[in-house]
Amino acid sequence: MSDALHLLSATEIAQRLHAGTLTSRALVEALLIRYRNLNSKVGAFTYLSESDVIAQAEASDERRKQGKTLSSLDGIPVAIKDNIAVKGQPLTCSSKMLAKLISPYDAHVIEALRAAGAIIYGRLNMDEFAMGSSTENSALQKTYNPWDLARIPGGSSGGSAAALAAGFVPLALGSDTGGSIRQPASHCGVVGLKPTYGLISRYGLVAFASSLDQIGPMARSIDDCELLLNALASPDARDMTCFDQGQRTLLPPVAVNQLRIGIPRGILDKGVGQEVAAATRAAIDFYRAQGATIVEVDLPSSDLAVPTYYVVATAEASSNLARYDGVRYGHRSSQATTPVEMMTLSRSEGFGPEVKRRILLGTFVLSAGYADAYYVRALRARSKILSEHLAALEKVDMILTPTVPTPAFKAGEKISDPLQLYLEDIFTIPANLAGLPALSVPCGKSQHLPVGFHLVGAPLSEKKLLAASRVFEASHPYRHQQAPL
Amino acid sequence: MSESPWEIVIGLEVHVQLRTRTKVFASAPWGFGEEPNEQVDPVVLGLPGTLPVVNRVAVEQAILFGLVVEATIPERCAWDRKNYFYPDNPKNYQLTQKDFPVTLGGQVEIELPGPSRNVMGEHKMIRLHHAHLEEDVGKLSHSGSGSLVDYNRAGVPLLEIVTEPDLRSAAEAAAFLNALVTMLTQAGVADCDMEKGQLRCDANVSVRRRGDTQLGTRTETKNLNSISGVRDCIQYEAARQIRELEEGRKITQETRGWNAVNARGYVLRDKEDAHDYRYFPDPDIPTLKIARATVERLQKLVPERPFHRQRRYMEKLGLPYTVTSVLIADKALADWFEAAAAAYPQNPSGIANWVANDLLRDLSAATSAPDAFSEPSVAKVSLVDCRIKPAQLAGLVKITDEGVISKQQAKEVFAEMFRTGQDAGEIVNAKGLRQNSDAGELEKIIQEVIADPAVAKSIAEYRAGNEKAINALKGPIMKRTQGKANPAMIDQLLRKHLG
Repeated sequence: MSDALHLLSATEIAQRLHAGTLTSRALVEALLIRYRNLNSKVGAFTYLSESDVIAQAEASDERRKQGKTLSSLDGIPVAIKDNIAVKGQPLTCSSKMLAKLISPYDAHVIEALRAAGAIIYGRLNMDEFAMGSSTENSALQKTYNPWDLARIPGGSSGGSAAALAAGFVPLALGSDTGGSIRQPASHCGVVGLKPTYGLISRYGLVAFASSLDQIGPMARSIDDCELLLNALASPDARDMTCFDQGQRTLLPPVAVNQLRIGIPRGILDKGVGQEVAAATRAAIDFYRAQGATIVEVDLPSSDLAVPTYYVVATAEASSNLARYDGVRYGHRSSQATTPVEMMTLSRSEGFGPEVKRRILLGTFVLSAGYADAYYVRALRARSKILSEHLAALEKVDMILTPTVPTPAFKAGEKISDPLQLYLEDIFTIPANLAGLPALSVPCGKSQHLPVGFHLVGAPLSEKKLLAASRVFEASHPYRHQQAPL
Repeated sequence: MSESPWEIVIGLEVHVQLRTRTKVFASAPWGFGEEPNEQVDPVVLGLPGTLPVVNRVAVEQAILFGLVVEATIPERCAWDRKNYFYPDNPKNYQLTQKDFPVTLGGQVEIELPGPSRNVMGEHKMIRLHHAHLEEDVGKLSHSGSGSLVDYNRAGVPLLEIVTEPDLRSAAEAAAFLNALVTMLTQAGVADCDMEKGQLRCDANVSVRRRGDTQLGTRTETKNLNSISGVRDCIQYEAARQIRELEEGRKITQETRGWNAVNARGYVLRDKEDAHDYRYFPDPDIPTLKIARATVERLQKLVPERPFHRQRRYMEKLGLPYTVTSVLIADKALADWFEAAAAAYPQNPSGIANWVANDLLRDLSAATSAPDAFSEPSVAKVSLVDCRIKPAQLAGLVKITDEGVISKQQAKEVFAEMFRTGQDAGEIVNAKGLRQNSDAGELEKIIQEVIADPAVAKSIAEYRAGNEKAINALKGPIMKRTQGKANPAMIDQLLRKHLG
């Protein structure tokens, strides 16, 4: 064993556990040492119970000893974004509002991971209620990019991406409403998948914008990402938007020389950093060299995606976050004298500025007299974006763009300029609006910072996206490149 | 009394808790009288990450209601969020159906009070606008030191039934609610126990000069929880509006409350303070397709509408109005009657009289207090425990009609049947009640009685033309037969012998 355990992929760990050359307990102990040494620098985890994860590891080792191993994930740690409910653990959404909330139930994905024997490994920092692109909106702590600790890891699943890049865990769960898995994955040099809307149950995912939110797998390799995806994607009667068994058959992969890849016309011309554009062109050239057909596609309504998103997402958020009022759980103001005052003050004190900004925006766009001009028009734009994407995906297997126009910026650089920050998600948002699967794959560097490319496919084309990126990964082994911590 | 120059126009919004085992979007059970916050789960409490799942039974109950009132059942229905902050509302939005309700249109036939209890009143059709499904909220109460909230009621399935402005008086509104309750309970859609808050009502009231075609400005009085409250509130509110207009003031569109204790309405909020509910389609619940097969299956469960049944009883079976109005008020009772009438089709009227009078009286005496919402005459009684079975009552009527026992004896037999559940024939035999209809035997007794000098005077009077004098002869005959002689036969034979 020449390599350090913290750099192993989940697939490699599974092989060693199976071969008996590694125990889950030894793995977890090695990871805990790294966590103790480095989490204070990176700030990925907001909560981790060492005794709990060791107990889970021992239970896994015991199952293996008895020949009762549950799946290839058995004994492998998966870290959880702090907006996914784990029974008995904090569910803070990195908000002061829920800072003291302990979840009384498990999310569907957590039940699925437990059934697979995975170790539920700690809580990961995020932008408050998943609103943000830098994890700087966390009310709990800052998270830094393991590739450059002066920079942000992206967001809102910044803790998830940073934990993977720092070698704290091999697998993590994120959630993605406008790019919250893919943008931090790109900034931290890891793989992040936002599945087709409906593939993974949202039961237990704290809602930001219900029609856009999806839980997704994050990992350091394509194989690991797929391994985790397979464990998460199952029917769940508790989420009416989750596909039934008969609706969830994934499209088969396509050989790279049969692949048709669409590039939106002029995509690299506006606002894309030079080195990001160069890395994206290199990826396109790679696929062309492998025999894939590269075609330009037109998505004329793409310019509408960001404004449409900020109307739809904030409208839903204004309603979803209404329940945090201090009455039943969460932060309760001690200043109030009446029930209504208690609700008002608890919300004023409990929410951070970005969350308040989005609640106000969403309340406005749904208000009588304005809903038609904003919310209803945004729904029309959304269906146009969907139909344009579906039309383009009739002609090509997937659409390739950069994941983010520019690499990770310095902490504090954009915190006072929300509009600039909103453009971080310009390439990732359309997949949420259209409910399509999308994947960010590490594809190079901009100076010392990782850069990813982004694939969007037709509904249920996850295997196609993963297979296409696996070909790229095989020739570009970034997965073993360690962040310089 | 001259007709008032004012016409009252009323529309009702009736909120009915549907009969389901579990809540409308959660698997928590619901019921009345539990300890506070016992009937909750993470979904009911709106814990972070929870999602609503539509209770199919609630949807089917709503569709069944729609079929009962002959509404259109659309191809699909959908849910919206109604956003407002209040501590009894766990999510601070309520799931409701704003644009795509579960039923459209429909009608409820009502009967207005007639000139007397024995005369049928005027009938009228009240059109429904639609009915939609929503979730109930919890209950907030204020104690000396603070406020308490109980979420047991939160998430209970509610059907909101909205009428067209077709009602013209407080009496019509009360008649509508009575008819609605009868239809809802007979179809098993809801229990409508108003004491438990299972039926609540908002009344939209306006007035206009008779002959005007434009509607006047309306007010909405919220949360009326009894039929008498609806009646009183409408009377109060219409009188208030008429007084305002007659004194040259205008009606303000406003939301009002009703104080049942002092029977007065009060302003809750005016139009300026009206909530902006910021409705939008709920992203957690996909549009629900209503399969035609489901509608067809539910159609088979639609019971005969009460007034249809009444007309059938009156026209086809020749029953009198008074008896039919008792029978149709209780589906179980009417079904029981029909089972009995089917077992002996020769005399439905006779059977109906037994059911509506004797059976109902004895059952009421034997069961507990009637339901709070019902008029006393339609008190629901339990037929489940009734020892007499329909065919047995038919048997009693049959042997009475056949002259086996007298009507007086039948009362005695019925009481015994009610107590023991035995057949009429068994009781007649056991008690030796069988009427003596043996003409030969009776003639022999009659000849002996006539021969008795004690009755010679009565015979003479009868023969002189005093019809009633014959009755004096019947007593001794009955005495000699221990009361078993067939009275009709005695009468006939006596007249023959006395010539």
